[in-house]
Amino acid sequence: MAAGVDRDSVEVNSKFFTSSYKKYAPHALWLAPLAFLGLFYFYPMGSILEISFSRIEGSQAAPFIQALASERVRRVLGFTFFQASLSTALTLLVGLPGAYLLARYDFRGKSLLRALTGIAFVLPTLVVAAAFNAMLGPRGWVNVGLMELFDLSQPPIQFINTFSAILIAHVFYNTTIVLRMVGDYWSHIDPRMGQAAQVLGANRLQTLLRVILPLLMPVIITAALLVFIFNFTSFGVILVLGGPRFATLEVEIFYQTVSLFNLPLAATLSILQLACTLILTILYTRLSAKLTRPLSLRPRKYTQRKLTSWRSKLLAALLVIMLLGMLTAPLIALAARSFTRLDPEPGQHAFFASGLTLDFYKELTTNRRGSLFYVSPLTAIAVSTGYAAATVFLALALGLPAAWALARNSNSKFNRFIDPIIMLPLGTSAVTLGLGFIVAFNRPPLDLRASILLIPLAHTLVALPFVVRSLTPSLRSIRPRLRQAAQVMGASPMQVFRHIDLPMVGRALLVAATFAFTISLGEFGATALIARPEYPTIPIMIYRFISQPGALNYGQALALSTILMAATAAGMLAIERFRIADVGEF
Amino acid sequence: MIRNMILLKIPTGMLVFLTAFFIATCTPATPGSTAEILTPSEPHKLTVMTHDSFTVSEDVVTAFENEYNAEIRFLKSGDTGTALNKAILSKGNPLADVFYGVDNTFLSRALDEDIFEPYDSPLLADIDDGFELDQQKRALPVDYGDVCLNYDKSYFVDQGIEPPQTLENLLEPMYKGLLVVQNPATSSPGLAFMFTTIGHFGEDDYLDYWKGLVENDALIVNDWETAYYTEFSASAGRGPRPIVVSYNSSPAFEVIYAETPLDEPPTAAIVSDGTCFRQIEFVGILKGGQNRELAEKWVDFMLSPIFQEDIPMQMFVFPVNSQAQLDDAFIKHLTIPTKTAFVSPEKIAANREKWLQEWTETVLR
Repeated sequence: MAAGVDRDSVEVNSKFFTSSYKKYAPHALWLAPLAFLGLFYFYPMGSILEISFSRIEGSQAAPFIQALASERVRRVLGFTFFQASLSTALTLLVGLPGAYLLARYDFRGKSLLRALTGIAFVLPTLVVAAAFNAMLGPRGWVNVGLMELFDLSQPPIQFINTFSAILIAHVFYNTTIVLRMVGDYWSHIDPRMGQAAQVLGANRLQTLLRVILPLLMPVIITAALLVFIFNFTSFGVILVLGGPRFATLEVEIFYQTVSLFNLPLAATLSILQLACTLILTILYTRLSAKLTRPLSLRPRKYTQRKLTSWRSKLLAALLVIMLLGMLTAPLIALAARSFTRLDPEPGQHAFFASGLTLDFYKELTTNRRGSLFYVSPLTAIAVSTGYAAATVFLALALGLPAAWALARNSNSKFNRFIDPIIMLPLGTSAVTLGLGFIVAFNRPPLDLRASILLIPLAHTLVALPFVVRSLTPSLRSIRPRLRQAAQVMGASPMQVFRHIDLPMVGRALLVAATFAFTISLGEFGATALIARPEYPTIPIMIYRFISQPGALNYGQALALSTILMAATAAGMLAIERFRIADVGEF
Repeated sequence: MIRNMILLKIPTGMLVFLTAFFIATCTPATPGSTAEILTPSEPHKLTVMTHDSFTVSEDVVTAFENEYNAEIRFLKSGDTGTALNKAILSKGNPLADVFYGVDNTFLSRALDEDIFEPYDSPLLADIDDGFELDQQKRALPVDYGDVCLNYDKSYFVDQGIEPPQTLENLLEPMYKGLLVVQNPATSSPGLAFMFTTIGHFGEDDYLDYWKGLVENDALIVNDWETAYYTEFSASAGRGPRPIVVSYNSSPAFEVIYAETPLDEPPTAAIVSDGTCFRQIEFVGILKGGQNRELAEKWVDFMLSPIFQEDIPMQMFVFPVNSQAQLDDAFIKHLTIPTKTAFVSPEKIAANREKWLQEWTETVLR
């Protein structure tokens, strides 16, 4: 019978396969990312929301009406938007000039600057609060210095429990997003476009506003959106630095869940927060699809200048001082504090430092109480690094196909529907999702409730949006003609990816990997909910120390925080070094 | 439902793959589900769910494991409230056999949600009846700690004034601006201190007291860490305020974890009548667990002197078993209040939300 098949039908068949391949292949890229999100995000979220609402006595709509009618909830919602907008604007204000410096100039110590400014992003709130306390707290270096200088009896600067503390901490956390995302993109924009405009008579400002800014718009919006969502769902900063007078939706969800166990209301607020996030992400995906255009990205050596004129040197110096002052001064204050011996007489209320010490670091290696849960700092570092490596692997494995699918056809209906959904985990309440894991994965074969696998899985949920967002703009800006040319010459889709897309996005891939790694390293909230005391990460260990009285306990928390900062800085520097020889240098 | 829509889009093959992957890698989390197929020589597994602050000596746990051929796994599941929420939401198919760490401020939530099975441990005979808040013996007392005001001893010596002795003292002008307390909505010692004022002044008058505290420039922060390490003057943070809400065991911590060895603590707890709130922690056998027999043995063990005597130096709270001997180093720097403010768990459960709301509106506005 087989011999009866004629040439025509074979051709028809192959045409059919080709066209269906073309039609469905892009969707096939979504298999793994969507399976992951479905299983580890939508399933647990759906389960906890369902259970929460099943606890309502009375009508199903009750908590929604109750929430929206409540003045408290409306106030919380208003404040959440207000502080997020203001924080985002300030972050851009600080970040964009810095991005310009990193993008357009080549100077010594630039890798170090990039690495240093990135540390803040990964640190858990407890560490950041301790860092700001060491710098700006009532007995921080600044206040103590001012008190000595002007002979004051009370600290002149009040930082804790203020709105400014929230804003400053948000800028501190998120500026690196702008520096990295905008800076990397900017560094590839052909400076000849600006030069052409200037030749045609445009002044510097006009060139910036009418040529450079429009080209940067997609990536600025991307960065701003990520920053906004981070601020929108801010929890630790508000709670610890902002104090009791400020509450975001996330703080209110925590309060309703843990303190009052009002699950229906907590679930309602979670949905409200998700809805806001969804609106933001939809807005963003529509905007960025409109704004994106393929650019001829240039290698860095063509786009960057040396600092030659005194004007550019002065500008660079000012920007570097500003960035380091805002983003690393608190960290240095904390590190300095971890080596400082306190005056043994606590009655001394002025300057308290009385010498240098390594006691806190030595104490880390002793199990003074013979506790079952003692873990050496080296083990904690190993555990943290292990989770982070697993997160990088998972997030890249899932994020790369997703970003690729998005970049290839950003206007397909399917992509337009999926795109904003990938970002949803960022707008999700960790408290709610944590309980979701408990109720969803409660039976074999998926009884993951006590599994350490949950940690990299949870970290991947947080990291995935960053990975996809860092990769998509670069993938999108590859000119389709390059791919078409390769295909014409007989390259398979895999070969096109291997030889065209991959080399061109090497840089973005590293940025994505850095995000995933560092997010995992500093993550506290989700990790604390997952219950295996024998495998604590560094942030968990820091929390164990700082939640107990005693100078040695506080000192050990500071010492471990310093170790976390050093580990992060080392990781980031390694990546900076590696970048120079990487495939991203096209 | 969102989840049904999305799940339909996931290809079955992928699900099968992922499922297989996780069966292969995840640890069996159902306690005791494998007990039936074990040979007698293999240890029986027991899972104990607890909160972040739990800790125990390694050799104490080993002693139990050797005696009963058992293997104990601890699950730390967040702060007390979060851990309890998890236990409630996994009711029926519990994560663990035993839950330890619910205190009297959360006890009613645990009992109302019916997560524990009653167990009349013989060791209750050695425990003062005053600790047994659940007459049906579903939750058994293990330890207690008192949330008390702490003060910076040298501040009051330097200033030549007496430290406050009563809650009323704190309203006096000489103590203006000296106190830092935690927000009861976000902090467990903060909540305990609010209950102290309710127990002492009554639920009709406690808000007036708080108005007085605010007028006397008391500072309210969200968490114990900020209160103690940023604001309190005798801690490692050397903050500006010499009175803080903490535990009556905090001074002992300050000696044991001092940077340079100290003869006596730099801080002291105020333990006069009605100024402290007692937090009693309970253990219970979770409903639906597979290891009732071993779980009972573990509960007995937690109430027995060997475990009870380990509690103070590990968790800095006090054993409830009257047979347990306290370590000298521990007693030396500690005073136990004779009469603490009391609010019953039932009353707490019924009024928690109302009180927190009232408090927030009065104190934070």
